[in-house]
Amino acid sequence: MSTIFDYEFMRNAFYACTIVGIVSGAVGYFLVLRGQTFAGHALSHVGFPGATGAGLIGLSPFLGLTVFTVAAGIGIGLLGERAHRDVAIGIVLTLSLGLGLLFLHFYTAFASQATNVLFGNVLGISLRTVIVLAVLAVAILVALVLIARPLLFASLQPELAEARGVPITLVSTLFMVLVAVATSEAVQIVGVLLVFALMVAPAATALRLTSGVGAGVLTSIALAVVIAWISLTLAFLTDWPTSFWITALGAAAYVVSGLVRRPSGAPEA
Amino acid sequence: MNAIEFDKVTLTYGGRRVLSDVSFSIPQGAFVGLLGANGAGKTTMLRAILGLIKPAGGAISVLGKAPTRGNAAIGYMPQARRALGDVGISGLDFVLSAAGGHRWGWPVASAAEKEAAWKALEEVGAGDLARRPLGELSGGERQRILIAQSLIGNPQLLLLDEPLISLDAGHQRAIIDLVHEIGERLGIAVLFCSHEINPLLRAVDRVLYLGKGKAAIGSVDEVISGPVLSKLYGTHINVVRVAGRIFVMADDVELESRAHVHDL
Repeated sequence: MSTIFDYEFMRNAFYACTIVGIVSGAVGYFLVLRGQTFAGHALSHVGFPGATGAGLIGLSPFLGLTVFTVAAGIGIGLLGERAHRDVAIGIVLTLSLGLGLLFLHFYTAFASQATNVLFGNVLGISLRTVIVLAVLAVAILVALVLIARPLLFASLQPELAEARGVPITLVSTLFMVLVAVATSEAVQIVGVLLVFALMVAPAATALRLTSGVGAGVLTSIALAVVIAWISLTLAFLTDWPTSFWITALGAAAYVVSGLVRRPSGAPEA
Repeated sequence: MNAIEFDKVTLTYGGRRVLSDVSFSIPQGAFVGLLGANGAGKTTMLRAILGLIKPAGGAISVLGKAPTRGNAAIGYMPQARRALGDVGISGLDFVLSAAGGHRWGWPVASAAEKEAAWKALEEVGAGDLARRPLGELSGGERQRILIAQSLIGNPQLLLLDEPLISLDAGHQRAIIDLVHEIGERLGIAVLFCSHEINPLLRAVDRVLYLGKGKAAIGSVDEVISGPVLSKLYGTHINVVRVAGRIFVMADDVELESRAHVHDL
């Protein structure tokens, strides 16, 4: 244990996990509250061909990933309720993975990266990437604070919010852009396929344990960061993948919170 | 001044004509039941009053003015679309989200907003529910929180869209009595949307019944009659009164209860 911070890649991994944990916990709270967890899943899948396509034409996969997720986020935000269509979503997601696969096929030198994009590689993060993650994280958090109030209203009572003059399409589209950038950040840690583990599991757990927005967001952030830290440590000790530990601990937290529930009184009939 | 006036109003929804050439007025302080089958245009009418859709013809006046979106003088409770059972938000925070929810920034409530929220919660007798998460409340308790939220901003008119849905008979009575009492105490008009006339009989001053693009308004006895409803349904309707309850029948099929089951 005393040697864990002696390695630069471990230090970078801890920085990255802290940054991404904060962002995922905060954005994920509103995502779960809105009942839009599918979006986190969908955006990361759509980002996959962005990452592999960018690699194919010599650009940064992270840039390609972010451009694709943001474009998809704007699409989902503008479509609103119409985006909630099982079959259409399923087809778009599989098409995205298929396209990503095609790009990998053409650019075989990048193929070794495929597992990293799909399942994450937190131990391979450079200090430069950490800085990019931090800058984007600050931007996401500032924007989230600015839209939080109408976002909360529109999430809980969309029709009333609309009647009271809240620009609900604008608010939900702005939020989807934040989800898209947060998803791209989370992909750096857990990969395209496992974004749910960081974006949704801590937030859903926090929503079960709290009854206020402030406490909920802070609990969600704390859970995401602590889960990521413990996972890194366990990965260091066991040599098992960090992403596995994040999914396992996220699932465990969610299950345990279902048993504990909120500290307040029991439900009435 | 009338709370609501419709003058030869035509409303469309998705290209379909929902109301055509409908005129009526609702005086301030009246408790009006808004009835009609699924798709008869109840929610569309509420959205027009809220200024969310423009009439294709005619003029609407709400509290003496043309409808405008964001009219704080209207309290509105939308039909519950989503089970709020998994929402880890307290009743107080839920009501507060409507107070100043149109402003940008982090949702920190001002002292005045907190006071307004507590006042609304006390108005519906839900002060003791305020700290509990919505997910732990019963259906009837949750409806009271939703009504409290509609009272934020001291409305002069209440529009309630299906507050009785998925409540048992006892809770339905409690909600109707509560809304009736609030309307009288505040001296404001209430438009109460429902599938069924029977739960409303104890409270309504008049009913507004929609069907086939037309509307009929008046006392229960005037509107809930064979000839009037036959026109609104476009088929022969029998109205049977038994033991203080009203049954609306077409070809021996009870219409209202069927509509209710269908919707659930």
